[in-house]
Amino acid sequence: MKARQKRLLFVALGVVGVGVAASLALSALRSNISYFFSPSQVMANEAPAEAVFRLGGLVVDDSIARQEDGLTVHFAVTDNAETVRVSYTGILPDLFGEGQGVVTKGRLGGDGVFYAEEVLAKHDESYLPPEVASSLKEAHVQGVVDAVTQK
Amino acid sequence: MIPEIGHFALILALGIAVIQAAFPLAGSFTRNQAWMGMARPLAWGQLLFIAIAFAALLQAFQADDFSVAYVAHNSNTLTPQVYKISAIWGAHEGSLLLWALFLAAWGAAVAGFSRNLPLDMVARVLAVMGMVSIGFLLFMLLTSNPFDRLFPIPPEGRDLNPLLQDPGLAIHPPMLYMGYVGFSVAFAFAIAALLGGRLDAAWARWSRPWTTVAWVSLTLGIALGSWWAYYELGWGGWWFWDPVENASLMPWLAGTALIHSLAVTEKRGAFKTWTVLLALFTFSLSLLGTFLVRSGVLTSVHAFATDPTRGTFILIFLCIVIGGSLALYAWRAPAVSGGGRFDLFSRESFLLTNNLLLTLITLLVLLGTLAPLIYEAMNWGKISVGFPWFNTMFVAVTPFLALFMGVGQMTRWKHDEPERLARELWLALVIAAVAAIATAVFMPLGSDTLLLVPLGIGLAVWVLTSHLAGLRERLRHKRGFGAMLSDMTGNGRSYYGMLIAHLGVAMFIVGITMVSNFDLEKDVRMAPGDTQEAAGYRFEFLGVRDKQGPNFQSQKGHFRVYQGDRQIAELWPEKRTYVASRQTMTEASINAGFLRDLYVSLGEPVGTSGDWALRIYYKPYVRWIWLGAILMGLGGLLAITDRRYRTATKAIRVPAGAAAARG
Repeated sequence: MKARQKRLLFVALGVVGVGVAASLALSALRSNISYFFSPSQVMANEAPAEAVFRLGGLVVDDSIARQEDGLTVHFAVTDNAETVRVSYTGILPDLFGEGQGVVTKGRLGGDGVFYAEEVLAKHDESYLPPEVASSLKEAHVQGVVDAVTQK
Repeated sequence: MIPEIGHFALILALGIAVIQAAFPLAGSFTRNQAWMGMARPLAWGQLLFIAIAFAALLQAFQADDFSVAYVAHNSNTLTPQVYKISAIWGAHEGSLLLWALFLAAWGAAVAGFSRNLPLDMVARVLAVMGMVSIGFLLFMLLTSNPFDRLFPIPPEGRDLNPLLQDPGLAIHPPMLYMGYVGFSVAFAFAIAALLGGRLDAAWARWSRPWTTVAWVSLTLGIALGSWWAYYELGWGGWWFWDPVENASLMPWLAGTALIHSLAVTEKRGAFKTWTVLLALFTFSLSLLGTFLVRSGVLTSVHAFATDPTRGTFILIFLCIVIGGSLALYAWRAPAVSGGGRFDLFSRESFLLTNNLLLTLITLLVLLGTLAPLIYEAMNWGKISVGFPWFNTMFVAVTPFLALFMGVGQMTRWKHDEPERLARELWLALVIAAVAAIATAVFMPLGSDTLLLVPLGIGLAVWVLTSHLAGLRERLRHKRGFGAMLSDMTGNGRSYYGMLIAHLGVAMFIVGITMVSNFDLEKDVRMAPGDTQEAAGYRFEFLGVRDKQGPNFQSQKGHFRVYQGDRQIAELWPEKRTYVASRQTMTEASINAGFLRDLYVSLGEPVGTSGDWALRIYYKPYVRWIWLGAILMGLGGLLAITDRRYRTATKAIRVPAGAAAARG
């Protein structure tokens, strides 16, 4: 095989390989992403009923209640407009607490409770996840707009 | 006063960096010896002033000078001495100062160890490093000055984030930055080669040791970070495919491709432009990593509080670096291309395959990391990519890497016969296949592990046996252990470095395969006196007691672990509350072993009778992951001590006539 042909073969193999890999990767990606919803969106029924998604906001004060088995915890998450109740079984991260920003991943139950499989921990107490920060801002703007239009 | 000296030293260092970026570069084109000669003293000067700034910050921490905002936010009079030092890089401003210090140190090292390089090359390399330095010093002075004062002066500081008060994390960022910043040398060499139009085997030989040192630092830095996350976060995980982790993995993957591609450029003069592109790519990914970590655009479990103006600055800097270097590449690369020819069946081809696969993994990690940003920008919603996706992608590509690694190291440069390889490697292949089959037959595998575990074990054995076959071939004409030893200490160091690093890969594969498929995790509620079984070990809980630490209060649990009737370990997991920040921290307790770890972490108290919610883990072979990384690092270190990096550069000084006469 001549050098030129060889190089062409390599390039062709490379292009085909990258193409196949990219299409496989993208289709796998589509089934592996989880969307973020705020409590307001969940209460407005915008969140999927069956799929896993992420719910984030602030943990409502005095809402954390540990259940009888010692491992299940109930708490409520708010964006200062709406509130969603969350149930999680397992050990909570150290920085989890009332008034703190939190992101949870799980499914919405038929009873309107969000059953979390994962609660995200943060390294820094002053950190607010960007999604939570923006949903709080939206809820705040909506609240101001509502207050103004009612008058 | 001292913080102002530090601030002033930074400004002076910026001034020096500007001169260092301009005059030696201009001199290298106008053949002005004096201007080119300025490069080395300027690099030393820059190191001096940044070191002064660093010392000033160190002093502020030691003296508990809470009038400096950065000190007040990250230290406290009760902070233990050693963490008053590591607190310097515990947050954003100080870690940038560490970046700048390392950059200046690498620059000074290039100035010091480049006596054998042509002056115009040194001038250009140091000028490019000066430009990078300008970017970082400007960033620090404009958006994140570590010497900003705070008024009114608080009586007490906020203490270092408790998660960072740990020996593993005290040395993890410096190692990581050494690696990130080290790739700037490879980058500067690449830019200098493009500017000078000189891209040959000698160029590759100069930049190879630098790149390898950077790669070794990054390898060890990532391994340290993974080890730290494993024991400190209390989840027993060692890798989460988190954006911040991916940010360090991407330059590592590209850097791994780069050190292999540099080998081809040095030995055979091939892949020249590709090597240059990889060098640009690797450093750009280091910068992108810094951007992702520091801008807060991505949700990360490792995220720290961030500031959007910083993100904008780094983004602009990133665009200038990537855009500028790619433009230069497009303009100059055609002039320096061309190189050694090779057959389809040759070591070059296998190294090219290695490069393609590593680049593919890098791009996949990049895709998964940036997908949330892309979705957000396209208004498709706010998403996160689950770690199963990354795992699937990794498992889909890396087996090929291990497979070709075994063949590639055996193959000759330029041209080889498939029959010869089959003759040398058939035994290695048979042993690996037997190992895989034995794993499938004798290990208790479920339907989900039936494919992956034998594959992993088989590949690890293949990497081992194929390299042993390579070693046997190398030593065929040498007799005895002494001959091997002299080969190892003589000219063969880079070969043995490769061998050790590749065996590290085999070890790493075993570790990942075992811990991913056979680990156990139990979330339980236990009362004092209760026992729990996990993987044949019995954990007895004896209760929790209060204890006082230097800057924290602690609740300390006590466990006895039995295997059969024999007590094999006592574990003391803790739950700490730090006084200054009121932050709680879980300190897991681990009984580490070569073949398995036993790991207990406290959750929280339940009820009033002394019951606790806690987590028990059994982690088989988890140490092999980090031991593998250490072997890779050791291999890299051995390779750079190879004699040819010293003797060969000297040979370049031999007058042309003499060299011709000899050759």
